[in-house]
Amino acid sequence: MTKELDGLTAAEIVARSFPDGIVEVLASSIVIRTDLLAEVARYLHDTPGLSFNYLEGIASVDYIDYFEVVYNLVSLEENHSMVIKVQAYGREKPEVPSVVSIWKTADFQEREEYDLMGIVFTGHPNLKRIMLWEGFPGHPLRKDFLEFDHRNIAPAGD
Amino acid sequence: MNGDIHNFFNIDGAIVSALSGILPAWALVIVAGLIGIIALLVFLVPSQLATIWIERKLIGRFQIRYGPNRVGLFGLLQPLADAVKIVGKESITPAGVDKWVFWLAPIVTFIPALLVYAVIPFGPNLILADLDIGILYLISISSLGVIPVFMAGWSSNNKYALLGAMRSVAQMVSYEIPLVLSIISVVMMTGSLKIGEMVSFQADNLWMFLLQPLALLIFFISASAELNRTPMDIVEGESEIIAGYHTEYSGFKFSMFYVAEYTNVLAVSAILSAVFFGGWLSAPILDLLPAWLWFIAKIYFFFCVFVWIRATLPRMRADQLMGLAWKFLLPLALVNILVTGIEVYMNLHPLLISFINIALAIGLVAGWSELIGNRAVRNERRQYIPVVPVVR
Amino acid sequence: MVAQDSAIKTQPIVINMGPQHPSTHGVFRLRLVLDGETVIDVEPVFGYLHRSKEKLEEERTYLQTLPITDRMDYLSSMTNNLGCSMAIEKLANIPVPERAQYLRVIMAELTRISSHCFAQGMQLQEMGAWATPLMYFIREREKIIDLFEMVSGARLTFNYIRPGGVSQDIPPEFIPACYKFIDEMPGYIDEYEQLLVQNEILRSRTMGVGVLPRDLAINSGASGPVLRASGINWDLRKQDPYLVYDRFDFDVPVGQHGDTYDRFMVRMYEMRESVKIVRQALDQLPPGPVTANLPIVIIPPPGDAYAHIETARGTLGFYMVSDGGANPWRFHVRAPSLINLTALREMIIGHKVADTVVIFGSIDIVLGEVDR
Repeated sequence: MTKELDGLTAAEIVARSFPDGIVEVLASSIVIRTDLLAEVARYLHDTPGLSFNYLEGIASVDYIDYFEVVYNLVSLEENHSMVIKVQAYGREKPEVPSVVSIWKTADFQEREEYDLMGIVFTGHPNLKRIMLWEGFPGHPLRKDFLEFDHRNIAPAGD
Repeated sequence: MNGDIHNFFNIDGAIVSALSGILPAWALVIVAGLIGIIALLVFLVPSQLATIWIERKLIGRFQIRYGPNRVGLFGLLQPLADAVKIVGKESITPAGVDKWVFWLAPIVTFIPALLVYAVIPFGPNLILADLDIGILYLISISSLGVIPVFMAGWSSNNKYALLGAMRSVAQMVSYEIPLVLSIISVVMMTGSLKIGEMVSFQADNLWMFLLQPLALLIFFISASAELNRTPMDIVEGESEIIAGYHTEYSGFKFSMFYVAEYTNVLAVSAILSAVFFGGWLSAPILDLLPAWLWFIAKIYFFFCVFVWIRATLPRMRADQLMGLAWKFLLPLALVNILVTGIEVYMNLHPLLISFINIALAIGLVAGWSELIGNRAVRNERRQYIPVVPVVR
Repeated sequence: MVAQDSAIKTQPIVINMGPQHPSTHGVFRLRLVLDGETVIDVEPVFGYLHRSKEKLEEERTYLQTLPITDRMDYLSSMTNNLGCSMAIEKLANIPVPERAQYLRVIMAELTRISSHCFAQGMQLQEMGAWATPLMYFIREREKIIDLFEMVSGARLTFNYIRPGGVSQDIPPEFIPACYKFIDEMPGYIDEYEQLLVQNEILRSRTMGVGVLPRDLAINSGASGPVLRASGINWDLRKQDPYLVYDRFDFDVPVGQHGDTYDRFMVRMYEMRESVKIVRQALDQLPPGPVTANLPIVIIPPPGDAYAHIETARGTLGFYMVSDGGANPWRFHVRAPSLINLTALREMIIGHKVADTVVIFGSIDIVLGEVDR
């Protein structure tokens, strides 16, 4: 049975190296400081005993005031899992550091969130739209994305 | 001439001799040739339809389905329906093609396919032209088949077609060599390049597949590679390069390639039966059937063998295919020529030759494939129940 | 790769394999850069089947989300329903009756067999075996679909597993029919192994082709047979048992080389293990209700929940956020088909064009799930 580390345990683990990195402790997850994400991820990935070597998924949520990106980390060796979240503010260009250099699996998933939610992952080597075509207006998973009108959208050029 | 069905192909001779008083000599030659060509077409055109039906039906059975069974009795009219459909389709000429070559390729592809039949002996006297260099003619004509393929691939202005055409050239050039070498050992035994005489040689001695089993194997593999049929259909490997050289062809132009393929398969089956399986000769007891019927039966038998192989095996990769030609078939063909040469020189009894060659074929194929084949791949045994420690 | 020093000037050619191509499992595009027949670069291009399902789900009530998940991985709709239902149950704290859990296991494992059947058949098809193996595999898949039709009335999009259980109890004739199927199936798998696994062409086409090294497999987030073929014993049914999987005795086949052959064989063995699980589940099937008492509109408390299951293709995860309303605020899917493709570039580069489709096929994606 995968041991799901709850918020307090996770906070304690992260606080060992990043005492000021935690923004909020939730029941089953923690929210960490956005600018520290890459360092925290590297720490969680590399530290023996934690070795979160498997990034199961990246999801992003539009809470209107801010965007939240959820990372679901698993360690295949220790068989425990942990959820970390980061928050990105601003609707124009919400930025979150990319973790592609740590987990290659983030490549397509970050591109997907960029495409559909409009979160810019800084440091991503190839951040471009993955499902929709370049030139598509807006990001459909945002709550303020309203109409999809074919007449207003230029066809995929490519 | 009598009208016996065992010999009715002498009708040609009868007509020609009847006309000999009326027409000048040169016209007689033309008439004789025309009659022969018509006779061939009378065989070939129904054969096209029959082979397509047989292939679809057989493949269907191999794939646990019924095959065509809606058009006519047992779906017998399905090929006709297919033909009507395909002729009715729009013949698209894509932008940017080399128009001349693009239009010429489907026509050119049919010529060698048809020319081969000139030297195929359907019966004792039933051969359009029993050339002195029959087998040489056959090989040279069949190697022309690469040209229309390359024309089609090059002119299509399509990268898949180009890849297919390039593969085709590499494959055909490679397999031409073992094909010719395997025939050489047969020619050494018969002492003649005439296909008619090859058959009569088999009437006097054993059938060639007993005398030259290794040559048969090499010829069969090389020929099926030349035909671009699975497992060697890298030229048109549909899962990789769509349809290879004829990707851009549609309608009637496509059907020319399609028909030429079946014509070629029939031609190779005919050569196989003529050179290795006694041509028009009947099996020892069953003399009742006419010779030409025996020959056609053999052709259809080998066609079914080709269908069987096509329905069974996965495709090889281009480099593995080249490896098979150069590392496996070529050395074996050379050894076979050497051994045959010694046997012919020592003038051994055919039965003895047969024994030696069958043993040689089995030994060489088994030994050589052990020696250079991918034994590692063949013998590798892998474990799939977890031996790796379970994660906690 | 490109011969620089030789006298012949060569130039790599770019081929767009897809979106319309016989071997791309739908509308998928691989942009291949070729040096002759050798692939020197490859870039997957997605999105031709994108229907923005995650957005569609946000417009629907929780129960209405299920039919849309059916249409993601259309070869294993049952497990999609299962993952979605489990996430909703976690979000709204819905208990599931025991009989329903067993039925879910049976359906999930039958789905795995049918999906693997199709994957194996298509794999052979891509090797150029001209549809014969495919037809044999589809014969078995049809039998499973008949079983599904018996319980759900549908043949492709079943919509059978619902939050709180399953939509209805199985009909009485299902159990003997299912027993008959699992009695026959090992014999068919033996037949496939006999016909295919010893075939030298198949072995030389797959062994050593498209190797996914152990570390890369983990790092690139591969899951399912792709991960296990690379030598990692990671199967959520064992490592993080959901439903009642901990009550069954089965093995998790694990490869060692991570090549196409291992992926092929892992699927082959997984079918056997699934048959074992189905038999045990049928033997132990308890009586009782099959669905929890639920209101017509499920309104979970605000919060988020993540549920993941092991489908035929790997770890399928559903992340749902509720704002306390009747519709999900956010509905995210962790699609194994998409994420398994992350390492595609590393697996393909250096191989021939012919290997490209074989490697691609061995990952076993479903475009409905990749693009969603």
